[in-house]
Amino acid sequence: MQTKRTIFPNKLLPYLLLTPQLAITIIFFLWPAGQALKSSFEREDPFGFKTTFVWFHNYARLFSDPEYLNSVWRTAIFAVSVTAISMSVSLLLAVAVNRLLRSGKFYTTLLVWPYAVAPVVAGILWWFMFNPTIGILPYLLDQFGINWNHRINGSQAMILVVIAAAWKQISYNFLFFVAGLQSVPQSLTEAAAIDGAGPFKRFWTIVFPLLSPTTFFLMIVNINYAMFDTFGTIDATTQGGPAGATNTLVYKVYADGFLGLNIGSSSAQSVMLMLIVIALTVIQFRWVERRVQY
Amino acid sequence: MATLDLKGVKKTYPGGVAAVHGVDLEIADGELVVLVGPSGCGKSTLLRMIAGLESITEGTISIAGDVVNRKEPAERDIAMVFQNYALYPHMSVRGNLEYGLKNRGTPREDIDQRVAEAARILEITPFLDRKPRQLSGGQRQRVAMGRAIVRKPKAFLFDEPLSNLDAKLRGQMRIEIRRLQRTLGTTSVYVTHDQLEAMTLADRLVVMNAGRIEQVGKPIELYDRPASLFVAGFIGSPPMNLFEIDKLRSLPGAEALQTLPAGTGIVGVRPDTVALSQANGPSIKLTGTIELIEPVGGESHLYVRCEGINQIVTIVAQGRTGLTETSMLDFWLPQAGFHPFNIETGKRLA
Ligand SMILES: Nc1ncnc2c1ncn2[C@@H]1O[C@H](COP(=O)(O)OP(=O)(O)OP(=O)(O)O)[C@@H](O)[C@H]1O
Ligand SMILES: [Mg+2]
Repeated sequence: MQTKRTIFPNKLLPYLLLTPQLAITIIFFLWPAGQALKSSFEREDPFGFKTTFVWFHNYARLFSDPEYLNSVWRTAIFAVSVTAISMSVSLLLAVAVNRLLRSGKFYTTLLVWPYAVAPVVAGILWWFMFNPTIGILPYLLDQFGINWNHRINGSQAMILVVIAAAWKQISYNFLFFVAGLQSVPQSLTEAAAIDGAGPFKRFWTIVFPLLSPTTFFLMIVNINYAMFDTFGTIDATTQGGPAGATNTLVYKVYADGFLGLNIGSSSAQSVMLMLIVIALTVIQFRWVERRVQY
Repeated sequence: MATLDLKGVKKTYPGGVAAVHGVDLEIADGELVVLVGPSGCGKSTLLRMIAGLESITEGTISIAGDVVNRKEPAERDIAMVFQNYALYPHMSVRGNLEYGLKNRGTPREDIDQRVAEAARILEITPFLDRKPRQLSGGQRQRVAMGRAIVRKPKAFLFDEPLSNLDAKLRGQMRIEIRRLQRTLGTTSVYVTHDQLEAMTLADRLVVMNAGRIEQVGKPIELYDRPASLFVAGFIGSPPMNLFEIDKLRSLPGAEALQTLPAGTGIVGVRPDTVALSQANGPSIKLTGTIELIEPVGGESHLYVRCEGINQIVTIVAQGRTGLTETSMLDFWLPQAGFHPFNIETGKRLA
């Protein structure tokens, strides 16, 4: 790889240029993260007058709380389902569109629209469609003998938030998959066709392996999205209910901190969440990326 | 091994671009046919129709007597070598060679034996476990060839396979392809831009122009008797000199024109048949100023401006001439080297 270097005559200028980005990172990420880390070791009395340093007390309580461990498990299910669904649906769409693009007659932009919709709006949209009393989908499902009520049925609630969260991410994944597919030279699939591989085989043995850098990248982005970025979606659809069935780690941080006013526990949870995401990303880069190279 | 038979083959692309307008061509078993022609004349389109990568708008293509119009590329049992090689980047060289055999359910021992054989022939055995990106351009080219030969297909199709190589390597690979094709005896269609490649490789040469075949024949026949002005200008380097016959009539030795068939409007003379001294037999004498001399080793290319006919004439002179630029030169167009063409149709007369 060739690297391009620009030499600044002024030593200060590079730092100056970095300042806005650094400021944003510090104000919106590092500082809150530091605050969270600090308050995760503290206990605040109910009126917020006095805080005491309690070492790992908050963490200890967290790990002995079955509700928390449950939430870890739910989050895992949620993140894996969202990632799997949003990635496979968008790959399917991208493959279909890629054919049309080769013949040059499709408006890709249409499929990007969902991404421009704010998570809360997306959540409300799905909440509305699945609303047991006024929504259209429960009505349709009823025709097939399925009684839809995600306010009572935990699994249905989970399905709802997974769909809502996945839908939001599909357009983003789609764009990357289309770009990835476009960069696979057509002569490779042609060579494979001549070599006797049918369309499915061509896709799985040639196109998909060549797409793996994109797939890997999207996997990390999607898992992180599902774990961190789905607060708005869940808040607008199920609010973590029923009975905590959709109370994922990120939602629980909010619920315990802002609704339950247990700042210490909430901070400890957000620190754990950060550690989990960092660990996941490191694992993915360490082990998965190695198999992605070709 | 098989014959290839094209009958009235036409291609119109979905956008309405008519790329090939009715091509008839019969290729014998084991023959190597080279398609040449200017860019955009439909060579690749024709080749891709034979391969099954493009649909056939009209006409039929038969391989070994079977019409293959409706067959998938895989069912046609042909192999193609692409200009960019199209090697599978995520597979090793061995993986690339095996892929087509595996897809066809060839037994394992057979695959190993065939891959080893192909690798030996192409001298790529040491690279079998490397990835394509770890190979040089020439080595990749060999792998692409290997992928074609392991399958022992009915026909090889080459689309400018050597155009990404440097001149020296291209020369070597050209000889190698010729040798390989002779030993295997596989029917082949070869598309190229390169004159030298076309002339040296072809059993038969097909010159295409704007989606049509201009002329088919042995390379040397096309050189000696081009059927049209287009072929005359396309085959041979430097290209043939073309003179309007009326401009030559007033020159010394114009009687030489009298034997030409009626209707001749243009007379072609190859640069290497122009004589620098009065030869035996009738010839037309011209005089001009040498504008440029290109020494190309064994021969020199002279570009001579003739004021009388207001035209630059190209001459290929053998050896070193001792001539200098800007000096005057007398030269002769011998009657034996005349190629008569009709001006309206552009066709050769007799
Ligand atoms: N997929 C396509 N859709 C529409 N038109 C096409 C397509 N492929 C080729 N053409 C057109 O068909 C004509 C013939 O193209 P083709 O690629 O066969 O030329 P070629 O003789 O191989 O040229 P070159 O020597 O530059 O490779 C050209 O006018 C080209 O623009
Ligand atoms: Mg071409």
